[in-house]
Amino acid sequence: MGSVGAKEVPVLLSPDGLRIDGRRLDELRPMKLSVGALHNADGSAFVEWGANKVMAAVYGPREVHPRHLQQNHKAVIQCKYNMAAFSVDERKRPGLDRRSQEISKVIGEAFESVVFAEEYPRTSIDIYIEVLQANAGTRCAGLVAASLALADAGIPMVDLLPAVAVGKVAGKIALDLKKEEDNFGEADLPMALVPQSGRLVLLQMEGHMTEPELSEALDLGVQGCRAIYEKMKEALRERYAVGPVGGSS
Amino acid sequence: MSEEVSAEILTTHILDLAAEGKRLDGRAPDEYRPVTVEPGFVVTADGSALVRIGDTAVVAGIKLEPGKPFADTPNAGVLTTNAELIPLSNAIFEPGPPQPGAIEVSRVVDRAIRAAETIDLTRLCVTPGEKSWVCYVDVHVLDHSGNLIDAAALAAVSALAHATVPALRFEVAEADYPLEVVHFPIECTFVRLGDTIVVDPTFDEERAAQGRLTVATDEAGRVVAMQKGLVGAFSPDDVKGVVRRAFQHGERLRALARGGSA
Repeated sequence: MGSVGAKEVPVLLSPDGLRIDGRRLDELRPMKLSVGALHNADGSAFVEWGANKVMAAVYGPREVHPRHLQQNHKAVIQCKYNMAAFSVDERKRPGLDRRSQEISKVIGEAFESVVFAEEYPRTSIDIYIEVLQANAGTRCAGLVAASLALADAGIPMVDLLPAVAVGKVAGKIALDLKKEEDNFGEADLPMALVPQSGRLVLLQMEGHMTEPELSEALDLGVQGCRAIYEKMKEALRERYAVGPVGGSS
Repeated sequence: MSEEVSAEILTTHILDLAAEGKRLDGRAPDEYRPVTVEPGFVVTADGSALVRIGDTAVVAGIKLEPGKPFADTPNAGVLTTNAELIPLSNAIFEPGPPQPGAIEVSRVVDRAIRAAETIDLTRLCVTPGEKSWVCYVDVHVLDHSGNLIDAAALAAVSALAHATVPALRFEVAEADYPLEVVHFPIECTFVRLGDTIVVDPTFDEERAAQGRLTVATDEAGRVVAMQKGLVGAFSPDDVKGVVRRAFQHGERLRALARGGSA
Protein backbone atom coordinates (compact mmCIF):
# COMPACT_ATOMS: atom_id res chain seq x y z
CA MET A 1 0.00 0.00 0.00
CA GLY A 2 1.05 3.55 -0.53
CA SER A 3 3.52 2.16 -3.05
CA VAL A 4 2.09 3.84 -6.15
CA GLY A 5 5.00 4.58 -8.44
CA ALA A 6 7.49 3.40 -5.78
CA LYS A 7 10.71 1.67 -6.62
CA GLU A 8 12.05 -1.82 -6.04
CA VAL A 9 9.82 -4.23 -4.15
CA PRO A 10 11.79 -6.61 -1.89
CA VAL A 11 11.16 -10.36 -1.92
CA LEU A 12 8.69 -10.72 0.96
CA LEU A 13 8.27 -14.47 0.96
CA SER A 14 11.01 -17.00 0.21
CA PRO A 15 10.28 -20.16 -1.85
CA ASP A 16 10.22 -22.21 1.38
CA GLY A 17 7.56 -19.90 2.86
CA LEU A 18 9.75 -17.82 5.18
CA ARG A 19 9.36 -14.08 5.57
CA ILE A 20 11.89 -11.30 5.07
CA ASP A 21 13.21 -11.76 8.63
CA GLY A 22 13.01 -15.56 8.57
CA ARG A 23 9.68 -15.84 10.41
CA ARG A 24 6.87 -18.23 9.54
CA LEU A 25 3.52 -16.72 8.52
CA ASP A 26 2.00 -17.23 11.97
CA GLU A 27 5.03 -16.15 13.98
CA LEU A 28 5.24 -13.02 16.14
CA ARG A 29 8.29 -10.78 16.31
CA PRO A 30 10.28 -11.04 19.57
CA MET A 31 8.70 -9.02 22.34
CA LYS A 32 10.00 -7.61 25.60
CA LEU A 33 7.54 -6.08 28.05
CA SER A 34 8.67 -4.04 31.06
CA VAL A 35 6.02 -2.92 33.54
CA GLY A 36 6.66 0.12 35.77
CA ALA A 37 9.30 1.62 33.52
CA LEU A 38 8.77 5.22 34.67
CA HIS A 39 9.06 6.87 38.07
CA ASN A 40 6.55 9.75 37.93
CA ALA A 41 3.56 8.15 36.21
CA ASP A 42 0.87 6.33 38.22
CA GLY A 43 1.40 3.39 35.88
CA SER A 44 3.76 2.76 32.99
CA ALA A 45 5.18 0.18 30.64
CA PHE A 46 7.83 -0.06 27.96
CA VAL A 47 7.32 -2.35 25.01
CA GLU A 48 10.06 -3.48 22.68
CA TRP A 49 8.45 -5.45 19.89
CA GLY A 50 10.53 -6.28 16.84
CA ALA A 51 12.18 -2.94 16.08
CA ASN A 52 9.41 -0.94 17.78
CA LYS A 53 10.11 0.87 21.04
CA VAL A 54 7.00 2.30 22.65
CA MET A 55 6.53 3.84 26.10
CA ALA A 56 3.14 4.26 27.75
CA ALA A 57 2.23 6.16 30.90
CA VAL A 58 -1.04 6.46 32.78
CA TYR A 59 -1.96 9.31 35.11
CA GLY A 60 -5.11 9.20 37.16
CA PRO A 61 -7.83 9.00 38.12
CA ARG A 62 -7.15 12.73 38.58
CA GLU A 63 -8.81 16.10 38.06
CA VAL A 64 -10.15 16.66 34.54
CA HIS A 65 -8.38 19.10 32.23
CA PRO A 66 -9.94 20.84 30.41
CA ARG A 67 -12.63 21.11 33.05
CA HIS A 68 -15.63 21.14 30.69
CA LEU A 69 -14.92 17.54 29.67
CA GLN A 70 -15.77 16.34 33.19
CA GLN A 71 -18.56 13.74 33.40
CA ASN A 72 -20.71 13.42 36.48
CA HIS A 73 -21.29 9.68 36.27
CA LYS A 74 -17.92 8.35 35.12
CA ALA A 75 -14.26 9.04 34.48
CA VAL A 76 -13.28 10.41 31.08
CA ILE A 77 -10.54 8.45 29.37
CA GLN A 78 -8.19 10.64 27.38
CA CYS A 79 -5.63 9.00 25.15
CA LYS A 80 -2.75 10.69 23.33
CA TYR A 81 -0.71 8.67 20.84
CA ASN A 82 2.36 10.52 19.64
CA MET A 83 5.33 9.67 17.44
CA ALA A 84 8.72 11.18 18.19
CA ALA A 85 10.21 13.18 15.29
CA PHE A 86 13.16 10.79 15.20
CA SER A 87 11.11 7.58 15.37
CA VAL A 88 10.92 7.10 11.59
CA ASP A 89 13.43 7.23 8.71
CA GLU A 90 12.37 10.62 7.42
CA ARG A 91 11.94 13.10 10.27
CA LYS A 92 8.30 13.40 11.24
CA ARG A 93 7.13 16.91 11.89
CA PRO A 94 6.37 17.04 15.64
CA GLY A 95 2.90 17.70 16.94
CA LEU A 96 -0.56 16.40 16.35
CA ASP A 97 -1.21 15.20 12.83
CA ARG A 98 -4.46 13.64 11.65
CA ARG A 99 -3.14 10.08 11.78
CA SER A 100 -2.14 10.45 15.43
CA GLN A 101 -5.49 11.98 16.30
CA GLU A 102 -7.39 9.14 14.67
CA ILE A 103 -5.24 6.52 16.39
CA SER A 104 -5.67 8.30 19.74
CA LYS A 105 -9.42 8.22 19.23
CA VAL A 106 -9.73 4.51 18.40
CA ILE A 107 -7.31 3.45 21.16
CA GLY A 108 -9.17 5.63 23.67
CA GLU A 109 -12.47 4.07 22.64
CA ALA A 110 -10.97 0.59 22.94
CA PHE A 111 -9.96 1.27 26.55
CA GLU A 112 -13.28 2.95 27.33
CA SER A 113 -14.82 -0.39 26.34
CA VAL A 114 -12.98 -2.27 29.12
CA VAL A 115 -12.19 0.20 31.94
CA PHE A 116 -14.72 0.44 34.79
CA ALA A 117 -14.95 4.22 34.32
CA GLU A 118 -18.13 4.54 36.42
CA GLU A 119 -16.03 3.74 39.50
CA TYR A 120 -14.36 7.16 39.26
CA PRO A 121 -16.91 9.88 38.45
CA ARG A 122 -15.68 13.44 37.78
CA THR A 123 -12.10 12.31 37.11
CA SER A 124 -9.85 11.78 34.15
CA ILE A 125 -7.71 8.77 33.32
CA ASP A 126 -5.00 10.01 30.98
CA ILE A 127 -3.13 7.58 28.76
CA TYR A 128 0.01 8.75 26.98
CA ILE A 129 1.63 6.62 24.29
CA GLU A 130 4.99 7.75 22.97
CA VAL A 131 6.47 5.95 19.97
CA LEU A 132 10.24 6.30 20.20
CA GLN A 133 11.21 3.91 17.42
CA ALA A 134 8.75 2.76 14.79
CA ASN A 135 8.73 -0.33 12.61
CA ALA A 136 5.06 -1.07 11.76
CA GLY A 137 2.45 -2.05 14.30
CA THR A 138 3.02 0.93 16.61
CA ARG A 139 -0.67 1.31 17.50
CA CYS A 140 -0.75 -2.33 18.60
CA ALA A 141 2.48 -1.93 20.57
CA GLY A 142 0.94 1.21 22.07
CA LEU A 143 -2.20 -0.67 23.09
CA VAL A 144 -0.17 -3.43 24.74
CA ALA A 145 2.00 -0.86 26.56
CA ALA A 146 -0.98 1.26 27.66
CA SER A 147 -2.87 -1.81 28.81
CA LEU A 148 0.04 -2.83 31.04
CA ALA A 149 0.40 0.77 32.26
CA LEU A 150 -3.30 0.84 33.24
CA ALA A 151 -2.87 -2.41 35.15
CA ASP A 152 0.28 -0.98 36.78
CA ALA A 153 -1.73 2.10 37.81
CA GLY A 154 -4.28 -0.19 39.47
CA ILE A 155 -7.18 0.87 37.24
CA PRO A 156 -9.91 -1.80 37.28
CA MET A 157 -10.62 -3.27 33.85
CA VAL A 158 -12.59 -6.15 32.39
CA ASP A 159 -9.36 -7.51 30.96
CA LEU A 160 -6.01 -6.59 29.43
CA LEU A 161 -6.06 -5.69 25.73
CA PRO A 162 -3.58 -7.67 23.65
CA ALA A 163 -3.30 -6.31 20.11
CA VAL A 164 -1.65 -7.29 16.86
CA ALA A 165 -1.82 -6.49 13.16
CA VAL A 166 -2.45 -9.18 10.57
CA GLY A 167 -1.68 -8.51 6.94
CA LYS A 168 -1.38 -9.96 3.49
CA VAL A 169 2.13 -10.46 2.24
CA ALA A 170 2.87 -11.84 -1.22
CA GLY A 171 -0.68 -13.18 -1.35
CA LYS A 172 -0.50 -14.93 2.05
CA ILE A 173 -2.11 -13.97 5.35
CA ALA A 174 0.67 -13.16 7.84
CA LEU A 175 0.81 -12.27 11.53
CA ASP A 176 2.52 -9.16 12.93
CA LEU A 177 3.86 -7.26 9.91
CA LYS A 178 7.20 -5.50 10.03
CA LYS A 179 7.94 -2.32 8.09
CA GLU A 180 8.84 -3.77 4.69
CA GLU A 181 5.80 -6.06 4.82
CA ASP A 182 3.55 -3.15 5.77
CA ASN A 183 4.93 -0.89 3.01
CA PHE A 184 4.90 -3.44 0.22
CA GLY A 185 2.25 -5.89 1.41
CA GLU A 186 -1.34 -5.94 0.16
CA ALA A 187 -3.28 -5.37 3.38
CA ASP A 188 -2.97 -4.40 7.01
CA LEU A 189 -5.53 -5.25 9.68
CA PRO A 190 -4.76 -4.16 13.26
CA MET A 191 -6.98 -5.47 16.06
CA ALA A 192 -7.28 -5.57 19.84
CA LEU A 193 -8.99 -8.44 21.66
CA VAL A 194 -10.78 -8.73 25.00
CA PRO A 195 -9.60 -12.28 25.80
CA GLN A 196 -12.38 -12.89 28.36
CA SER A 197 -15.20 -12.25 25.89
CA GLY A 198 -13.41 -13.08 22.64
CA ARG A 199 -14.58 -9.75 21.24
CA LEU A 200 -12.63 -7.10 19.36
CA VAL A 201 -12.58 -3.51 20.66
CA LEU A 202 -10.24 -2.15 18.02
CA LEU A 203 -10.43 -3.14 14.38
CA GLN A 204 -9.17 -1.32 11.33
CA MET A 205 -8.20 -2.45 7.86
CA GLU A 206 -6.64 -1.08 4.73
CA GLY A 207 -5.71 -2.89 1.56
CA HIS A 208 -7.32 -5.71 -0.38
CA MET A 209 -8.68 -8.97 0.98
CA THR A 210 -11.33 -11.36 -0.22
CA GLU A 211 -14.01 -12.50 2.23
CA PRO A 212 -12.31 -15.88 2.97
CA GLU A 213 -8.94 -14.13 3.43
CA LEU A 214 -10.49 -11.68 5.86
CA SER A 215 -11.98 -14.54 7.81
CA GLU A 216 -8.60 -16.27 7.99
CA ALA A 217 -6.95 -12.99 9.03
CA LEU A 218 -9.41 -12.47 11.89
CA ASP A 219 -8.82 -15.98 13.20
CA LEU A 220 -5.03 -15.63 12.93
CA GLY A 221 -5.16 -12.27 14.72
CA VAL A 222 -7.21 -13.63 17.60
CA GLN A 223 -4.71 -16.47 17.96
CA GLY A 224 -1.85 -13.94 17.95
CA CYS A 225 -3.60 -11.79 20.57
CA ARG A 226 -4.02 -14.81 22.84
CA ALA A 227 -0.28 -15.53 22.66
CA ILE A 228 0.51 -11.88 23.44
CA TYR A 229 -1.97 -11.99 26.34
CA GLU A 230 0.13 -14.72 27.98
CA LYS A 231 3.27 -12.59 27.65
CA MET A 232 1.44 -9.60 29.15
CA LYS A 233 0.29 -11.57 32.19
CA GLU A 234 3.82 -12.91 32.60
CA ALA A 235 5.21 -9.35 32.54
CA LEU A 236 2.76 -8.25 35.26
CA ARG A 237 3.61 -11.29 37.39
CA GLU A 238 7.29 -10.51 37.02
CA ARG A 239 6.71 -6.94 38.22
CA TYR A 240 4.50 -7.85 41.13
CA ALA A 241 5.90 -11.21 42.14
CA VAL A 242 6.02 -11.65 45.90
CA GLY A 243 9.27 -13.16 47.13
CA PRO A 244 9.34 -16.27 49.29
CA VAL A 245 7.82 -15.71 52.72
CA GLY A 246 10.47 -15.05 55.33
CA GLY A 247 13.19 -14.74 52.69
CA SER A 248 16.02 -12.29 53.35
CA SER A 249 15.26 -8.84 51.89
CA MET B 1 -36.07 17.84 31.09
CA SER B 2 -32.40 18.20 30.22
CA GLU B 3 -31.07 17.10 26.86
CA GLU B 4 -28.86 14.57 28.61
CA VAL B 5 -31.79 12.89 30.36
CA SER B 6 -33.99 12.76 27.28
CA ALA B 7 -31.13 11.24 25.29
CA GLU B 8 -30.76 8.60 28.02
CA ILE B 9 -34.45 7.72 27.84
CA LEU B 10 -34.32 7.54 24.05
CA THR B 11 -31.28 5.26 24.23
CA THR B 12 -33.11 2.86 26.54
CA HIS B 13 -36.10 2.86 24.20
CA ILE B 14 -33.92 2.19 21.12
CA LEU B 15 -32.20 -0.72 22.90
CA ASP B 16 -35.55 -2.17 24.04
CA LEU B 17 -36.87 -2.00 20.47
CA ALA B 18 -33.69 -3.57 19.08
CA ALA B 19 -34.10 -6.53 21.42
CA GLU B 20 -37.33 -7.26 19.53
CA GLY B 21 -35.65 -6.70 16.16
CA LYS B 22 -37.39 -3.33 15.74
CA ARG B 23 -36.15 0.20 15.09
CA LEU B 24 -37.46 3.62 16.00
CA ASP B 25 -38.17 4.55 12.37
CA GLY B 26 -39.82 1.22 11.59
CA ARG B 27 -36.96 -0.23 9.60
CA ALA B 28 -35.78 -3.84 9.75
CA PRO B 29 -32.26 -4.36 11.20
CA ASP B 30 -30.81 -4.90 7.73
CA GLU B 31 -32.78 -2.14 6.00
CA TYR B 32 -30.97 0.92 4.65
CA ARG B 33 -32.76 4.29 4.54
CA PRO B 34 -33.73 5.64 1.10
CA VAL B 35 -30.66 6.93 -0.73
CA THR B 36 -30.44 9.52 -3.49
CA VAL B 37 -27.37 10.69 -5.38
CA GLU B 38 -27.41 13.93 -7.34
CA PRO B 39 -24.22 14.34 -9.40
CA GLY B 40 -23.18 17.76 -10.69
CA PHE B 41 -24.86 19.58 -7.80
CA VAL B 42 -22.17 22.27 -7.69
CA VAL B 43 -21.17 23.58 -11.09
CA THR B 44 -18.08 25.47 -9.91
CA ALA B 45 -16.53 22.16 -8.82
CA ASP B 46 -14.78 19.85 -11.29
CA GLY B 47 -17.01 17.09 -9.99
CA SER B 48 -19.64 17.00 -7.27
CA ALA B 49 -22.49 15.05 -5.77
CA LEU B 50 -25.20 15.63 -3.22
CA VAL B 51 -26.04 12.48 -1.32
CA ARG B 52 -29.03 11.99 0.92
CA ILE B 53 -29.41 9.00 3.19
CA GLY B 54 -32.74 9.51 4.92
CA ASP B 55 -32.43 12.91 6.64
CA THR B 56 -28.65 12.99 6.33
CA ALA B 57 -27.35 15.23 3.56
CA VAL B 58 -23.75 15.52 2.42
CA VAL B 59 -22.19 17.28 -0.53
CA ALA B 60 -18.79 16.40 -1.97
CA GLY B 61 -16.87 18.58 -4.41
CA ILE B 62 -13.75 17.79 -6.44
CA LYS B 63 -11.15 20.34 -7.43
CA LEU B 64 -8.15 19.47 -9.59
CA GLU B 65 -5.11 21.74 -9.80
CA PRO B 66 -1.65 21.27 -11.28
CA GLY B 67 0.97 20.74 -8.57
CA LYS B 68 4.08 18.77 -7.74
CA PRO B 69 4.14 15.00 -7.12
CA PHE B 70 5.47 13.77 -3.76
CA ALA B 71 9.20 12.99 -3.84
CA ASP B 72 8.62 9.31 -3.00
CA THR B 73 5.96 8.87 -5.73
CA PRO B 74 7.32 10.88 -8.68
CA ASN B 75 5.06 9.11 -11.17
CA ALA B 76 1.77 9.65 -9.38
CA GLY B 77 -0.70 12.45 -8.82
CA VAL B 78 -1.80 13.54 -5.38
CA LEU B 79 -5.18 12.83 -3.77
CA THR B 80 -6.37 14.44 -0.55
CA THR B 81 -9.68 14.00 1.20
CA ASN B 82 -11.11 16.32 3.80
CA ALA B 83 -14.43 16.32 5.64
CA GLU B 84 -15.91 19.27 7.46
CA LEU B 85 -18.55 18.74 10.12
CA ILE B 86 -19.85 22.28 10.21
CA PRO B 87 -22.11 23.76 12.94
CA LEU B 88 -24.80 24.18 10.27
CA SER B 89 -25.44 20.45 10.20
CA ASN B 90 -26.18 19.77 13.85
CA ALA B 91 -26.30 21.52 17.20
CA ILE B 92 -23.56 19.22 18.52
CA PHE B 93 -20.89 20.75 16.27
CA GLU B 94 -19.07 23.92 17.28
CA PRO B 95 -16.88 26.15 15.12
CA GLY B 96 -13.14 25.59 15.39
CA PRO B 97 -10.40 23.25 14.30
CA PRO B 98 -11.47 19.76 13.15
CA GLN B 99 -12.40 17.48 16.04
CA PRO B 100 -11.42 13.80 16.20
CA GLY B 101 -14.85 12.81 14.80
CA ALA B 102 -14.34 14.84 11.62
CA ILE B 103 -10.80 13.61 11.26
CA GLU B 104 -12.02 10.02 11.56
CA VAL B 105 -14.63 10.53 8.82
CA SER B 106 -12.01 12.09 6.49
CA ARG B 107 -9.49 9.38 7.12
CA VAL B 108 -11.88 6.45 6.77
CA VAL B 109 -13.26 7.85 3.49
CA ASP B 110 -9.73 8.56 2.25
CA ARG B 111 -8.60 5.06 3.21
CA ALA B 112 -11.31 3.35 1.15
CA ILE B 113 -10.70 5.56 -1.90
CA ARG B 114 -6.96 5.04 -1.69
CA ALA B 115 -6.90 1.31 -0.92
CA ALA B 116 -9.44 0.51 -3.65
CA GLU B 117 -7.30 2.43 -6.15
CA THR B 118 -10.46 4.29 -7.14
CA ILE B 119 -8.41 6.53 -9.38
CA ASP B 120 -5.26 5.42 -11.17
CA LEU B 121 -2.98 8.05 -9.66
CA THR B 122 -0.25 7.43 -12.25
CA ARG B 123 -2.64 8.84 -14.87
CA LEU B 124 -2.68 12.12 -12.95
CA CYS B 125 1.05 12.54 -13.53
CA VAL B 126 1.94 15.11 -16.19
CA THR B 127 5.77 15.22 -16.01
CA PRO B 128 7.39 12.65 -13.66
CA GLY B 129 8.89 14.32 -10.60
CA GLU B 130 7.88 17.76 -11.87
CA LYS B 131 4.22 18.22 -12.46
CA SER B 132 1.11 16.28 -11.63
CA TRP B 133 -2.54 16.89 -10.85
CA VAL B 134 -3.55 17.35 -7.25
CA CYS B 135 -7.07 16.08 -6.68
CA TYR B 136 -8.88 17.58 -3.69
CA VAL B 137 -11.97 15.80 -2.39
CA ASP B 138 -13.84 18.06 0.02
CA VAL B 139 -16.89 16.77 1.84
CA HIS B 140 -19.33 19.11 3.58
CA VAL B 141 -21.94 17.70 5.90
CA LEU B 142 -25.14 19.72 5.55
CA ASP B 143 -27.50 17.72 7.71
CA HIS B 144 -26.20 15.20 10.25
CA SER B 145 -28.85 12.60 10.98
CA GLY B 146 -26.47 9.70 11.36
CA ASN B 147 -24.13 7.54 9.28
CA LEU B 148 -21.85 10.28 8.04
CA ILE B 149 -19.13 7.88 6.93
CA ASP B 150 -21.33 6.12 4.36
CA ALA B 151 -22.82 9.38 3.13
CA ALA B 152 -19.43 11.08 2.83
CA ALA B 153 -17.86 8.11 1.04
CA LEU B 154 -20.77 7.72 -1.36
CA ALA B 155 -20.71 11.45 -2.15
CA ALA B 156 -16.94 11.38 -2.68
CA VAL B 157 -16.98 8.37 -5.01
CA SER B 158 -19.99 9.70 -6.94
CA ALA B 159 -18.31 13.08 -7.35
CA LEU B 160 -15.10 11.40 -8.59
CA ALA B 161 -17.10 9.29 -11.03
CA HIS B 162 -18.59 12.42 -12.57
CA ALA B 163 -15.48 14.62 -12.51
CA THR B 164 -13.68 16.33 -15.36
CA VAL B 165 -9.97 17.11 -15.45
CA PRO B 166 -9.78 20.88 -16.26
CA ALA B 167 -6.81 20.47 -18.57
CA LEU B 168 -7.76 23.32 -20.88
CA ARG B 169 -8.21 25.86 -18.10
CA PHE B 170 -4.74 25.16 -16.75
CA GLU B 171 -3.23 24.80 -20.24
CA VAL B 172 -2.03 21.29 -19.58
CA ALA B 173 -3.76 19.80 -22.63
CA GLU B 174 -5.88 20.87 -25.60
CA ALA B 175 -9.16 19.80 -24.06
CA ASP B 176 -10.74 18.77 -20.77
CA TYR B 177 -11.28 15.07 -20.29
CA PRO B 178 -13.21 12.89 -17.83
CA LEU B 179 -11.43 11.66 -14.71
CA GLU B 180 -11.42 7.91 -15.02
CA VAL B 181 -12.67 5.96 -12.03
CA VAL B 182 -11.22 2.44 -12.02
CA HIS B 183 -12.78 0.97 -8.87
CA PHE B 184 -15.90 1.79 -6.91
CA PRO B 185 -15.43 1.36 -3.15
CA ILE B 186 -18.61 1.60 -1.07
CA GLU B 187 -18.57 2.03 2.69
CA CYS B 188 -21.27 0.37 4.72
CA THR B 189 -21.69 1.11 8.43
CA PHE B 190 -23.34 -0.91 11.17
CA VAL B 191 -23.87 -0.36 14.88
CA ARG B 192 -24.45 -2.77 17.72
CA LEU B 193 -27.66 -2.23 19.72
CA GLY B 194 -27.58 -4.95 22.37
CA ASP B 195 -27.39 -8.27 20.53
CA THR B 196 -28.70 -6.78 17.29
CA ILE B 197 -26.41 -5.30 14.65
CA VAL B 198 -28.25 -2.80 12.48
CA VAL B 199 -27.19 -1.20 9.20
CA ASP B 200 -27.19 2.54 8.42
CA PRO B 201 -27.67 3.98 11.92
CA THR B 202 -29.55 7.21 12.55
CA PHE B 203 -28.12 9.92 14.78
CA ASP B 204 -30.04 8.61 17.81
CA GLU B 205 -29.03 5.02 17.08
CA GLU B 206 -25.39 6.10 16.94
CA ARG B 207 -25.74 7.71 20.36
CA ALA B 208 -27.26 4.50 21.72
CA ALA B 209 -24.73 2.28 19.95
CA GLN B 210 -22.41 -0.15 21.68
CA GLY B 211 -19.82 -0.10 18.91
CA ARG B 212 -19.77 0.90 15.27
CA LEU B 213 -18.23 -1.04 12.39
CA THR B 214 -17.64 0.23 8.86
CA VAL B 215 -16.65 -2.08 6.00
CA ALA B 216 -15.67 -0.82 2.54
CA THR B 217 -16.04 -3.24 -0.36
CA ASP B 218 -15.38 -2.81 -4.05
CA GLU B 219 -16.95 -4.19 -7.25
CA ALA B 220 -14.17 -6.78 -7.57
CA GLY B 221 -15.32 -8.56 -4.40
CA ARG B 222 -12.57 -7.18 -2.21
CA VAL B 223 -12.76 -5.72 1.27
CA VAL B 224 -10.61 -2.58 1.02
CA ALA B 225 -11.02 -0.85 4.37
CA MET B 226 -12.54 -1.32 7.81
CA GLN B 227 -12.95 0.82 10.89
CA LYS B 228 -14.36 -0.01 14.27
CA GLY B 229 -15.43 3.07 16.19
CA LEU B 230 -17.23 4.13 19.36
CA VAL B 231 -17.14 2.28 22.67
CA GLY B 232 -18.10 -1.36 22.26
CA ALA B 233 -16.96 -4.70 20.90
CA PHE B 234 -17.59 -7.18 18.09
CA SER B 235 -16.78 -10.89 18.00
CA PRO B 236 -14.93 -12.25 14.94
CA ASP B 237 -18.22 -13.91 13.91
CA ASP B 238 -20.03 -10.56 14.20
CA VAL B 239 -17.38 -9.07 11.92
CA LYS B 240 -17.74 -11.86 9.35
CA GLY B 241 -21.53 -11.39 9.31
CA VAL B 242 -21.16 -7.64 8.87
CA VAL B 243 -18.73 -8.13 5.97
CA ARG B 244 -21.25 -10.37 4.19
CA ARG B 245 -24.01 -7.77 4.63
CA ALA B 246 -21.67 -4.96 3.51
CA PHE B 247 -21.13 -6.71 0.19
CA GLN B 248 -24.89 -6.95 -0.36
CA HIS B 249 -25.65 -3.31 0.43
CA GLY B 250 -22.52 -2.21 -1.42
CA GLU B 251 -23.72 -3.63 -4.69
CA ARG B 252 -26.96 -1.66 -4.61
CA LEU B 253 -25.33 1.59 -3.48
CA ARG B 254 -22.62 1.26 -6.13
CA ALA B 255 -25.23 1.40 -8.88
CA LEU B 256 -26.27 4.79 -7.48
CA ALA B 257 -22.69 6.05 -7.36
CA ARG B 258 -22.13 5.08 -10.98
CA GLY B 259 -25.39 6.27 -12.41
CA GLY B 260 -26.63 8.94 -10.03
CA SER B 261 -30.34 9.53 -9.27
CA ALA B 262 -32.44 7.23 -7.12
